[in-house]
Amino acid sequence: MAQQQTDWAAIARNPKFIELHRRKSSFLFGWWIFSNIYYFLLPIGAGSAQGLFSVQLIGHINFGYLFALSQFFVSWAIAIYYASWANRVSDRLTNELLDELKLR
Amino acid sequence: MKKFLVIMIVALTLGVTINVILPSISLAGAENSIAAAITAQAPTVHKVEANKTITITLFVIIVLITLGIVIWAAKRTKTTADFYAARGAITGLQNGWAISGDYMSAASFLGIAGLISLYGYDGFMYSVGWLVAYVTVLLIVAEPCRNAGKFTMGDILSFRSNPKPVRAAAAISTVCVSVFYLTAQMVGAGKLMELLLGIPFKLAISGVGALMIIYVVFGGMIATTWVQIIKACLLMTGAIVLCILVLAKCGFNPVQFFTDVATNTQIKTWVQINLLHEAIPKAGFDYGQRFLEPGLLLKDVWDQISLGMALVLGTAGMPHILMRFFTVPTAQAARKSVIWAMFIIGTFYILTTLLGFGAAINVSPQLISHVDPGGNMANLLLAQMLGNQIAPLVGDFLLAFLCAVAFATILAVVSGLVLAASAAISHDIWVNIIRDGHADQHEQVKAARIAAIVFGAVAVIIGIASERQNVAHLVALAFAVASSGNLPVVILSLFWRKFNTAGIIAGLIIGTALSILLVLVSPNMMYPKTIAAGAQKIVVALEKKQAGGAVLTDAEKANLAKSKIQYEQNKDGTSLMGLDKPWFPLKNPGIVSIPIGFLSAVIFALLFRSKKEEDAFDELYVKQNTGIGVADVLKH
Repeated sequence: MAQQQTDWAAIARNPKFIELHRRKSSFLFGWWIFSNIYYFLLPIGAGSAQGLFSVQLIGHINFGYLFALSQFFVSWAIAIYYASWANRVSDRLTNELLDELKLR
Repeated sequence: MKKFLVIMIVALTLGVTINVILPSISLAGAENSIAAAITAQAPTVHKVEANKTITITLFVIIVLITLGIVIWAAKRTKTTADFYAARGAITGLQNGWAISGDYMSAASFLGIAGLISLYGYDGFMYSVGWLVAYVTVLLIVAEPCRNAGKFTMGDILSFRSNPKPVRAAAAISTVCVSVFYLTAQMVGAGKLMELLLGIPFKLAISGVGALMIIYVVFGGMIATTWVQIIKACLLMTGAIVLCILVLAKCGFNPVQFFTDVATNTQIKTWVQINLLHEAIPKAGFDYGQRFLEPGLLLKDVWDQISLGMALVLGTAGMPHILMRFFTVPTAQAARKSVIWAMFIIGTFYILTTLLGFGAAINVSPQLISHVDPGGNMANLLLAQMLGNQIAPLVGDFLLAFLCAVAFATILAVVSGLVLAASAAISHDIWVNIIRDGHADQHEQVKAARIAAIVFGAVAVIIGIASERQNVAHLVALAFAVASSGNLPVVILSLFWRKFNTAGIIAGLIIGTALSILLVLVSPNMMYPKTIAAGAQKIVVALEKKQAGGAVLTDAEKANLAKSKIQYEQNKDGTSLMGLDKPWFPLKNPGIVSIPIGFLSAVIFALLFRSKKEEDAFDELYVKQNTGIGVADVLKH
C-alpha cells in the first residue's frame, strides 16, 4: 500500500480537488433532482390531470402516452449529457489533479 | 470435474428430498395483488401449449451453453477477486449487458406486457420507474461505489466506521433483500414452468436452484456475468422479433398501431364490462380510447408515488446491482456500463409496450386474462398466435423460444442474487467478522462457495414452502428495504463528513425493520374478514335472487356454495399480524419508510459523533471522487 503515507486532508484542500468536488456535486445532484421531479410528474399527473393526459395529439396517441414515453428519452438524454460532461470536465479535472500529485 | 458432479448430485438429491419432506407446508393465500405477480394459476379451458420437444431442446441447449461457461469460468476462478468481482476485468459494454441481465426479471418480461395487455396505459406507466431508477444509479452511486468499494456493500460502509457491527448490519440487510427478491423469482419460476410445460412446481424450483448454485459455486462472478449477458441478448432478441411481427400487422406505422388499439371491438368490450363494470355502454363514450388513458389499474396516486420512490431509490441500493460495479476496472467503465444498461433496459420497456398493446389487439384481453388472470401469458400467447399465422411450426418455435428466454431470465436474475448474498455472508460475516480478516485466499473462496451452496439451498426450501403464498409483495418489499435501509446509508457514507457507525447501523436496521413491518400491516397481506365480507355479499345477493323466485344457473349455484364455504372459513380469521383490516393504507411503504430511514441515519449519526470517522472522511471522499488507490484495492 503505497498510499499509506498519503496526506488525504492535503489533497482534500487542494484547489483542483475543491473545484472538482464543487462542480461534480452541483452537476450530479442538480440533474438528479431534475430527473426525479420530471419522473414524479408522471404518477401525480396521471392521478390529478386525467383531462390533460387524455388529449389526443397524433391520431389516437394522447399526451399521457407521449409524456410517459418522454421519460425514457429524458433519462437517456441525461445519461448522454452526463457522459459528455464527465469527459470534458470531471475526468479532465481528475487527471489534472492526479498529474499534479504525481500519482500517475 | 469430480467436484462438479458431486455438487450436481448433492443439489439434485436435495431437491428430491425436499419434495418428499415438504409436501404439505403451504398456506392458503388470496391473490389480491396485481403488480408483477406470476402467481395466479390458469383455468384449464384454454392453455398455452408449448411444444415440449422444441422447448425442452432449447432449455437443454441453454443449460449446456451455460454449463460450458461455468467450466471455462471455474478454471479462472481462483482468488476472491475472481470469485466476487471477475478480477475487475469486465468491460463497460459487457457490464452494461450484464446489469440488464441482472435486472430484467421474468416479471418484467411477462408481467409488465401482461399488465399493459389487460389495463393499457397504466401498465406502461408502471414500467417507466424501472428505467428512471438508473439515473440515480448513474449519477449518485455507480462511480463512487467503484472507487470506494471492493466486493460488497459492507466494504463501502465500513470504510471509515467500526467495521464489525457495520458489516454485520450490512450483511443482514443484503441477505434480507436477496431472500425477498429471490423468493418472488423462484416462486414465479416454479409457476411458470408448471403452467408452460407441466413440470411439477417443486421439481422446477429444485432444478432452477441446482443450476443457480452450480453457476455461482463454480463460476463465481465470471460465470454469473456471462450467464447474465447471454440472457440479456436472448431477451432482447425475443422482444425485437416479436415486436417486428406485431408492427408488421400495422405496416410499421405507430399511429396506425394506436388506432388499431383504440378501435378494437374486443378491447372496447373489455374496458366497458370488465374494467369499468358498466353493463350498458354510455352513449358517446370511447371505451377503446379509454384503454390508452390512465386510471384503469393504478388508482391510488399515493401508492404510485410510494412505489416510484422505492424504485427510483431502491434500485441503487440493490446489493446485486451494486456488486456489478466492482467487476469493472475504473469509474469510467462503471459509468459507461450504466449508460449501456440504460439504453438496453429502456429499449426493452418500450418494446414491451408494443408487445402488451399488440397482445391486446391480436389475442384480446379476454383470452389473456382467461389463460392467466394476472396476464403473465400475454407475450407467449402473442408469440404463438403470430407465429401460427406464418406456419404452425413457426408458432411452436417462437413460443418455445420465448419460454427458453423466460427460463434464461430467471436463471440469470437468481444467480446474481445468490452471488450477492453469499458475498455478504462469506466476505462480511465469515472473513471480516469471525476471522478478523485473517483468512487466506483459499479459505476465503471456500467460504464463499459454501455460503452460496447453503444460501441457495435455503432459497429453494423457502421457494417450495411458499408455493401457495402470494409473493408479489415480496418484490415491493425488496425494493422498500433497499431504498429505506441500504441507499440512505450508502449515500450518507459517501457524501457526508459527519456520518458514522451509529448512523449506519440505525439507518440500516430501522429502515429495514420499518419496511418489513409496514408491509406486514399493509393491504398486501391477506385479511380474512375482508374476504368473508366479499363472500357474504355474494351469498346475500344470490339468496335474495333465489328468494325472489328466480332459478339460479349451475354456475351461480356453484358460486353460492363456494362463497358460503369461503365465508365460514374466513369470518373469524385475522391477518398474519392479527389485524382485521390493513393498518397501513398503502401497498408500498416507501413514502414513509424512506424518509424515516434517512432521518434515523442522520439523527443517530449526530447523537453519536465520532471524531475519528469524521477525520477519515477526507480519504474516502478523495478516493470516491478520484479513484486514487483503486488499483491497490484490486490487487490485494
